[in-house]
Amino acid sequence: MRINPRHTQKGAVIILGGATILVLLILAFIIIFILEKGLPVVNLQFLSSKPRDLGRAGGIFPTIIGTIILPVVALLIATPLGVFTSVYLSEYTKETTLTKVIRFGTDCLAGIPSIIFGLFGYIFFVITLQMGWSILAGSLTLAVMVLPTIIRTSEEAIRAVPKVYREVSFSLGASGWQTVKKVILPNALPGIVTGVMLSIGRSIGETAAVIFTAGSSLRIPTTAFDSVRTMAVHFYILAREGISQENAYGTAATLIIAVLIINLTAYWLMNRFIARRG
Amino acid sequence: MKLVGEKGVRRILMTVAFSAISALLLITLFIINEGLPFIFRYGLKDFLLSSDWNPAAGKFGIFPMITASLWVTFGAMITGAPLGVAVAIFLSEYAPRPMMKVVKPTIELLAAIPSVVYGFIGVMVLAPFIRSYFGGPGLSLLAGSIILGIMILPTVISISIDSIMAVPRSYREGSLALGATTWQTIHMITIKASKSGIIASIILGLGRAVGETMAVIMVAGNSVNIPHSALDSVRTLTANIALEMSYATGMHRQALFATGVVLFVGIIILNSIASVALRKRTSKR
Amino acid sequence: MSTKFNIHNFNFYFNGSPVLKDLNLDVTSNEILGVIGPAGSGKTTFLRSLNRMNELEAGIRTEGEILMDGQNIYDPEVDVAGLRKRVGMVFAMPVPLPMSIYENVVYGPRLSGISSKSRLDELVEKSLKEAFIWDEVRDRLKLSGLRLSGGQQQRLCLARVLAMKPEVILLDEPCSGLDPISTAKIEDALTVLKKEYTIILVTNNTKQAARVADKTAFFLMGEMIEVGLTRQIFTAPAKKETHDYITGRFG
Repeated sequence: MRINPRHTQKGAVIILGGATILVLLILAFIIIFILEKGLPVVNLQFLSSKPRDLGRAGGIFPTIIGTIILPVVALLIATPLGVFTSVYLSEYTKETTLTKVIRFGTDCLAGIPSIIFGLFGYIFFVITLQMGWSILAGSLTLAVMVLPTIIRTSEEAIRAVPKVYREVSFSLGASGWQTVKKVILPNALPGIVTGVMLSIGRSIGETAAVIFTAGSSLRIPTTAFDSVRTMAVHFYILAREGISQENAYGTAATLIIAVLIINLTAYWLMNRFIARRG
Repeated sequence: MKLVGEKGVRRILMTVAFSAISALLLITLFIINEGLPFIFRYGLKDFLLSSDWNPAAGKFGIFPMITASLWVTFGAMITGAPLGVAVAIFLSEYAPRPMMKVVKPTIELLAAIPSVVYGFIGVMVLAPFIRSYFGGPGLSLLAGSIILGIMILPTVISISIDSIMAVPRSYREGSLALGATTWQTIHMITIKASKSGIIASIILGLGRAVGETMAVIMVAGNSVNIPHSALDSVRTLTANIALEMSYATGMHRQALFATGVVLFVGIIILNSIASVALRKRTSKR
Repeated sequence: MSTKFNIHNFNFYFNGSPVLKDLNLDVTSNEILGVIGPAGSGKTTFLRSLNRMNELEAGIRTEGEILMDGQNIYDPEVDVAGLRKRVGMVFAMPVPLPMSIYENVVYGPRLSGISSKSRLDELVEKSLKEAFIWDEVRDRLKLSGLRLSGGQQQRLCLARVLAMKPEVILLDEPCSGLDPISTAKIEDALTVLKKEYTIILVTNNTKQAARVADKTAFFLMGEMIEVGLTRQIFTAPAKKETHDYITGRFG
């Protein structure tokens, strides 16, 4: 029996369109569910006061500090390392077996579960190097976790810069580094920024690698060797140990809003950047 | 203005690249060094194929966790992959361009939502639903599979769209010009041409599912057993590491690192398949 | 009339196979040397050997020497970036860098350390005038170079080279994708510019060589078949191959 192609065509549109709507509904549900239950809890008081009674009462101020400081330190370490490594690999080396092995290695490390980085950070930074549960150990762990992603995305962005731009720059008497600085990096910037933004998002939401390396202290840190608790970790502890569902929702709502703002900013920045270069 | 010459720059860049790469190498070696000796001492077969996990008694068989990880990942593939590919096809072939330009980044937002939030939704919404309609404890293999299936959607959709868009227009136009409908063109031409990219997207998504920890801990129940039904509570390899790491010492800790090595090898295999598939895509272009 | 380049027994190999064979040629200062020949004859490779742009590719090897003002540019001591500042190049496809017209022109001078605003402004105006494009862009120097038409882009690329104040200008089929009016403007610019610069023009268009070149060299399969005054090459070539090529038998 032959089905009329026009019917299958119609069926396909319905099924595929339905799948798209379903996925968007799931996304909307997750965000609305958390915001609806969480936003009533969130107010200035909640954001700016310390938690009391293990988080059962009070706000989440110290965890906001933790959520900002860990990714910032991690990215300050990982971004220059990652970008310069990708510059070296793509501009200063010839394509050899070694560079291919390095690329494959970073690809694999980019896909390694964060818990393995947590395990490594815990044994190496926290215990072997005696950093203890601390901002330093947590940031270093996050830095090595996002490093492969930054190397990968930067290298892709650099390779996407047309080869003729390099030729023109060299023909005008530029040195290798001048070409990198004036032509390659500015043109690869949107891609590099995307990689960095992705990494920030991943660090902010990360729990497994952070809880075992930065600990979960609720005090406001004063030195790099103090333990901190991020919002994601706070949320996990509140929800899993059943301490306070209300505050768990509030923390989750704050976390989601933060992540949305970062993503939208990144998206906006990139569009503006691309439009300006047009 | 010239602080360092061209040779100096090259040397600095080389040093940076060298240290970044050796840091990554160090991690790899560190994990292997902590885990591999244990595997040799305990015996690869006993470690991988024994179901007896009792650290207090010195028993370290991770077969139940391997089974659980495989099942949860398989479940994520069943739920996430068809949905993701369907969305990718719809957005790249049927949806008007402006719609895709809005919807694609919106779906990519799914990737930015912290995994603990997914876990929480699983606990609050999905597990009670499963408990009341299908029975069992609710926190189960099924709940884990569905949550992970949702979590891999952005990876599958995003990379699939990229590979579908990479199919040359002329292929499509050639087919449409012969009187094929859009759907005939899609399933006879477009999907065939972007097959390896779509497969790569699914494999990379699976890599994410295998490695996910916190969401799985929250929704899968964490009992060490070989599941007999989708409603059983299970503990994955990653959950096993996270749950026991903070108090593990000696042999036990090494066993957790060895679990990490097993995960590592699994991810490398998945990545190798994906990169072969992706290379096929680029060479065809 | 002095000699800018003396090329002695120059050979160029790519992945072991010869691309230029035993090239001997002198290039006179303040003249336009036209280089003609079919695709794959080695004329672009020859051009790119003069500012060592060929070295951006892997797997190349050279033999022999190219003297510029008596100094071998393949000497290991030579500063390649400095050489390229003296020997400017315009590519076949116009490639403005993705920045404003102004920034495109000052790219080279900035590399040489010129940072004074008035100096740069002056250079921009002078170079754009010399490239016959000043009147078209004087009011919109901040516009992205990518927004110009193809012909304007190519003249911008010429201005960018002129701003470096080179001694030699190499042009690699600069008009291959341009309309007749833009082509005429570039040819006009070249005939004025040769008073100050030594110009080597590779072209697929034999008529263009006939119009602007003082001397013309004919390349075939990696060898230079002959070189001479343009009029002589086009009216009474010494070699049969040259005659066949310019009368359109092949190529």
